[in-house]
Amino acid sequence: MSEETSTDLGDLIEDSEPEAETSDVAPEPEPDPGVAVTINGRVHSARPGQLVIDACADAGAFVPHFCYHPRMSPVGMCRQCLVEVDGPRGPMMVVSCMTPVAEGQVVNTATPSVKRAQEGVLELLLANHPLDCPVCDKGGECPLQDQAFSHGPGESRYLEEKRHYEKPIPISDLVYLDRERCILCDRCTRFADEVAGDKLIHFISRGNDTQVMTFPDEPFASYFSGNTVQICPVGALTAKPYRFKARPWDLEQVESTCTTCSVGCRTVIQSSRDELLRYQGVDSEPVNWGWLCDRGRFGFESANSDQRLAVPLIQTDAGLEATSWSAAMSTATELFTEALNRSGPSGIAILGGARGTNEDAFAWARLADRLGVTRRDPQLADGLAAQILNRPRATIAEAAHAKTVILLGPDLKEELPVLFLRIRDAAEKRRSRILEFSPMETGMTRYAWRSERYEPGFAATAVRSSLADPEIASQIAAGDVVVVVGRQNLAESDAVTLAALDAIIAAAPAAKVLPVLRRGNVMGALQMGLAPRSAESEASQILHAAADGHIDLLVLLGADPLADCPDAELARRALAGARRVISVDTFLTSSTAHADLVLPAAAYGEKAGTTTNLEGRITPVTAKVTVHGTARPDWMVAVDLAARLDQDLGFNDLAGITAEIAATVEGCEELEALSAGRATGTGRDGILVSVVVPEISRASTEVTERISYDYRLVVSRKLYDNATNTQMAPSLAPLAPGPCITVNPMDLTRIGAEEGTQVKVIGARSATVLTLAASTAVPRGLAWVPFNQPGGAISEVIDLDTTVTDVRIERL
Amino acid sequence: MSRLNDANLAVAKETIARYPRVKSALIPVLHLAQEQDGYVSTEAMAHIAELMGLTPAEVYGTASFYEMFKFEPVGRYCINVCTNISCQLVGGWELLEHAEEALGIKAGSTTPDQMFTLEDVECIAACTEAPALQVNYRYRNKVTPAQFDAMITALRAGELVDEFPPHGTLSRIRQGLPENWADTGRTAQAEVDAR
Repeated sequence: MSEETSTDLGDLIEDSEPEAETSDVAPEPEPDPGVAVTINGRVHSARPGQLVIDACADAGAFVPHFCYHPRMSPVGMCRQCLVEVDGPRGPMMVVSCMTPVAEGQVVNTATPSVKRAQEGVLELLLANHPLDCPVCDKGGECPLQDQAFSHGPGESRYLEEKRHYEKPIPISDLVYLDRERCILCDRCTRFADEVAGDKLIHFISRGNDTQVMTFPDEPFASYFSGNTVQICPVGALTAKPYRFKARPWDLEQVESTCTTCSVGCRTVIQSSRDELLRYQGVDSEPVNWGWLCDRGRFGFESANSDQRLAVPLIQTDAGLEATSWSAAMSTATELFTEALNRSGPSGIAILGGARGTNEDAFAWARLADRLGVTRRDPQLADGLAAQILNRPRATIAEAAHAKTVILLGPDLKEELPVLFLRIRDAAEKRRSRILEFSPMETGMTRYAWRSERYEPGFAATAVRSSLADPEIASQIAAGDVVVVVGRQNLAESDAVTLAALDAIIAAAPAAKVLPVLRRGNVMGALQMGLAPRSAESEASQILHAAADGHIDLLVLLGADPLADCPDAELARRALAGARRVISVDTFLTSSTAHADLVLPAAAYGEKAGTTTNLEGRITPVTAKVTVHGTARPDWMVAVDLAARLDQDLGFNDLAGITAEIAATVEGCEELEALSAGRATGTGRDGILVSVVVPEISRASTEVTERISYDYRLVVSRKLYDNATNTQMAPSLAPLAPGPCITVNPMDLTRIGAEEGTQVKVIGARSATVLTLAASTAVPRGLAWVPFNQPGGAISEVIDLDTTVTDVRIERL
Repeated sequence: MSRLNDANLAVAKETIARYPRVKSALIPVLHLAQEQDGYVSTEAMAHIAELMGLTPAEVYGTASFYEMFKFEPVGRYCINVCTNISCQLVGGWELLEHAEEALGIKAGSTTPDQMFTLEDVECIAACTEAPALQVNYRYRNKVTPAQFDAMITALRAGELVDEFPPHGTLSRIRQGLPENWADTGRTAQAEVDAR
């Protein structure tokens, strides 16, 4: 079992008061000096506008509560937080989560009358509660259970029959609801409304019959549903992947960072008997505010999959066969030596590295440096150009506080869900205006101040004409602009995105940029030295070179070009054209199946290190469980390989890598302290570094007008897709919506087919068959297809060398 | 069992347009759905959510707060017998028991011919007229078992239609709108003006 920092469950996860806004967070004016309140006889300086319950917590006086949650608006539903406040008419019982502090206020949280009042409320809350704690997942970490002991009367006078409901009922694919346990605190429904914007659960009925419920046959299919389970103060909401797997007192936990996407949410990883069992969100002020998306929360299931690679595999006449590490590493050494002898370092290419830690990327980059290998790219022609990544970068907090947020990227709700929550919060609280440029409607459109449509290829034109609009121009001229920019459309060249960003920057030169990157550690991999330095080192050119027979050895570091490269045909030709392929991965993927050698890699939760999020924020990831089988972290493979190739990397272990990064990579001087501090206190916020990536010029784009009977393709990602880590998580795999092609309903007649029928989608190079769907979210003349869905490959019709992709849609 | 029909859809849109905040039209539009089917169907709630830019759960949440919206088919006549204290003292319970026997159903259910739904209710603010009951929310006061039987006979015979309009139509009747109002294409205001 790995090292760990044990921390009290409740202390890390639940209800911890969000830290006061730190200086990098707060463009808002400095608050006035404190408000003097007397809490239990001691004078305390509270923040103006602070709620009494928070002031009490700051002063060390815990006030029991269930409905109050510091990240949501107070509602005073549970009445548990009653305290006594001296007023003009004498002491009065007030609900402390609904009462702001006032100068000279005298608050008492523990007088006999407060105690009696709190006991009374608890007795009522328990009147209908089934007290089935011994079989309840929440038992042991349950605020109701804990506070019944600490602030309850100990006995109930309620003798009548309790309320009965069917229990538990699934309200989504992931969440079960037990209405008997529910105390109607409004936390989950408030979360769905205020935080997620998915009002799919609601209080139904009235009085004694009130219950939380979905609409009939419309499940709580929110990408954020797992958060309701985490914030439920009783055992009413439980998550399917964790139900009856462990008791809280059996769990061990460490704090870590989620690497499912590039937001880098802080988490705790919890395990029991050396098996990952649960992730919970940790409240990190600059990043995730305690929330997680369901993909990040439940993705750990893939690490437990029995389909994980446990031993190295070597290609034989009979296919891939198991071998030993020493044999595998000897083969790897031979493959490298052979490739170097045949055509020198230019015959070797390294793709990937964005799914590992910074230490993994650094070790591989150092090995590549020593061997003279320059062909390396952590992105698979689906990412962003250095010109975008090198713009002055905004933090998430800056984006969430900006006057104007310009969205020039994919649907944040699908790609970076927790960033979606932060930006949505900014728009909903009316601090920020969102100006969205998108070919079609996104999850953010309804919160946008203005949402501008354009036809793929013409983003820059659309941006220029919109910015000429006086209203928009004056909004931009007010300054404080953050552009959230990413690849909106994988069937469109990244040069289009770059041109559109240039058009925005021309109008708002001071605008900062927040890049939308899908994979967890693209930024880190780039900074640690895996960034391509010339045009022929970019993924698209590596794939072309491989397809043309110029690559002797292709190394895939957790990369699956067949699934992830927008151009599947090129990827296929590249894998076939590369003389030898070594894959370092956690699973056998479509690409690794072609490899000559497959080395099993350690997964998230099994290895320590650091990761860098889209802001350039480095935070630690922590090992919690023993690696699966004989898997090794990527860095260890690089170090071993270097020794066998007689190369001195300057380090032999993880600590050595960390020290070397600290010594050589700009901005990483404090990395050792961060890694050693292991994510407590301020370590939670990590280190912000500026990542500078070599810029490679982009040819200017030429876009042809669409022929009127064609449809221009928009290809973008959904949260749940055919990604290995999603498909190997049994709870998440069924949530992938599957392949379909969506057009505007008015285009259905033109195609002559109805929704739900199979149609042929014909590109310039090849064709594929998809199910037809219709939605007004897609403008006329465009066709939207989700990328990389199980059972359908739109990447077959995308050609990386064209700027946009037009297809014909025909009835079968 | 259905979404709003074309005539009611037009009325719903006109109703929604009357309010500065879309959400304010929710209750009147729910009444419209109840008038169409005699109860508020799941499909109608989904349709209303679509029309008003709400989630179906929000519509259901609001609708289910109100006892007078029904989510399952009820009889043409919904009979509520008061069993609260004033009525109870002068025979409310006995009246309810009599009603159950006369209709052959327990309170809370509907006769097989879909004519009557019997419910017991808490105080309906007619204590001076106890024991009281309501038929489709219109009062009958100081009701004796014999009077109850006579009323049922009359209702079965198709009488008393003016006194007790069919369940779900009260909202329209109270506004004085004719039965075919939805089909006339006139706005509610125009109807009022015409009178």
